[in-house]
Amino acid sequence: MRDVDIKQTNAAGAADTVSLKQRAYRIRRHALRMGEVQGQGYIAQALGFADVLAVCYFHALTYRAGDPEWEGRDRLYLSIGHYAIALYAALIEAGVLPEDELETYGGDDSRLPMSGMAAYTPGMEITGGSLGHGLGIAVGAALGLKRKQSTSLIYNLLSDGELGEGSTWEAVMSAAHHRLDNLIAVVDFNNQQADGPSQDMLCAEPLEDKWRAFGWHAQRVNGNDIDALTCAFDTARNHDRARPRAIICDTRMGKGVPFLESRERNHFLRVDAHEWAQAIDILDRANAQS
Amino acid sequence: MIASLDAGGAPTVDAPFGHALNDAARANANIVALTADLSKYTDLHVFANANPSRFYQMGMAEQVMLSAAAGLAREGFTPFATTYAVFASRRAYDFICMAIAEESLDVKIVCALPGLTTGYGPSHQSTEDLAIFRGMPNLTIIDPCDATDIQMATRAIAAHRGPVYMRLLRGKVPDVLREYDYQFELGRVKLLRDGADVLFIATGLMTMRALQAAEQLRADSIDCAVLHAPTIKPLDVDGIREAASKTGRLVVVAENHSRIGGLGEAVAAELMRADIHPRFRQIALPDEFLDAGALPTLHERYGLSVDAVVTRVKKWLEA
Repeated sequence: MRDVDIKQTNAAGAADTVSLKQRAYRIRRHALRMGEVQGQGYIAQALGFADVLAVCYFHALTYRAGDPEWEGRDRLYLSIGHYAIALYAALIEAGVLPEDELETYGGDDSRLPMSGMAAYTPGMEITGGSLGHGLGIAVGAALGLKRKQSTSLIYNLLSDGELGEGSTWEAVMSAAHHRLDNLIAVVDFNNQQADGPSQDMLCAEPLEDKWRAFGWHAQRVNGNDIDALTCAFDTARNHDRARPRAIICDTRMGKGVPFLESRERNHFLRVDAHEWAQAIDILDRANAQS
Repeated sequence: MIASLDAGGAPTVDAPFGHALNDAARANANIVALTADLSKYTDLHVFANANPSRFYQMGMAEQVMLSAAAGLAREGFTPFATTYAVFASRRAYDFICMAIAEESLDVKIVCALPGLTTGYGPSHQSTEDLAIFRGMPNLTIIDPCDATDIQMATRAIAAHRGPVYMRLLRGKVPDVLREYDYQFELGRVKLLRDGADVLFIATGLMTMRALQAAEQLRADSIDCAVLHAPTIKPLDVDGIREAASKTGRLVVVAENHSRIGGLGEAVAAELMRADIHPRFRQIALPDEFLDAGALPTLHERYGLSVDAVVTRVKKWLEA
């Protein structure tokens, strides 16, 4: 059994809800600025997932901002490579990447390509993007950490769409079979895939029941409720049985920018050139009022 | 008993891969191994029995086996992952490509039943794995000839950093290269015998067949050289160009693989790129889904037997 209490969380270990909200606001803001640079990006997913990333980097994860390959770190795998814009925003906020680098997002020779790749970016642990890969790699890394008697955890961030890949379920079975209590799967359920709502694609529900039936500890939370998220991450980390843990996060795409939240739902959200600054302005004003 | 390749009278070595991996694992504590329900059928049970804590049974799940191998490599280990060649190449390609090769991770993929080494039919006959894998950047591809080659290649790939795909003969494996002054060297061809009339460029078990064919052809005063090319990628371009530049020889590339996309086409392309134009022929499997049946019959039918090789070489020389 792991003693999570001895782990030191980085920077904001004692962060209260307000500061996590601030972190989430700033992650959203960094992501919008990157979107503005390229005039595109998976911004709806980034806005929707910012609260989860804030809780990851400022509540749950152990890491050293100046040493992203530090052996004692918790690993965070971005299986969903197209969420790179969201992870870069979180890495900037965490101090792993310098803020001014967001100006290079998606450009030639940038360390911040539009899909996440390990070789390009400090803090990007794996090359995601071919969906259904991250959880299997995480299984191997979790086995490897146990071989090393490391107390580090592996978080694998995946999406509802990836639950359609058979390889994800091979990994789900494998993690339970090998009793990987150092593995936490975080599923972003935004109910939107390339061709429409996830629930119309490949019978995702009932989600928690599926993960539990496969031998996991599973929770489902509102992924835009920071209190609920911190509680779920604490429960996952402190669960005392030798099994892997899943946190299914229902998120709202575009969260924090009402005109993007209500825009016709699409996998790749259209944002007009003038709307990026408008979105940042709305975000700033909402933050000032909170 | 698992089926072994007919040794044609040659001595055999039992499970050379499993024993060689044990040797490598004694020297390197970071070596671990995984299989997808095929340890006994890839000679990995030898390693599993000797090193139970370093062995992972991943079940019949090739995608997660190869992904997990990537994860273990990320954490500093050198995983050897085994299955059949058809399952690695056809089923788990994307995982080998993106989880392993794209980051040049130190994973060794060792696969039994390469080419036509089973009579079970197309579900188990990996006739196109070299074609599938040759296009994958960063991946080293090995097709060893016999027990000696497998033992030396296993030690070599264990010492090499980076992803490797190795074709494997399992069970009681013929041992023929011991009689030659041979050392496996990653990325190098080796001339096993020289000759003035024919140059065989052969890989995998076809090197054994080429050596035997060369003996038979000598009786007809046909003088054959045999150049063994166990590393399919990176190909020893200089060694092959040099051998094929010697004028007056029929060049015959022999491989246990489809005539499409394997060693034959790789050699042809390199010779054309260098403006070297010998008479060129291929001994390879046809571009077909092959029959099921008894292996010796199938090798005769599809041209991989020693007799079939001899007959075709004579015909080509008469033409």
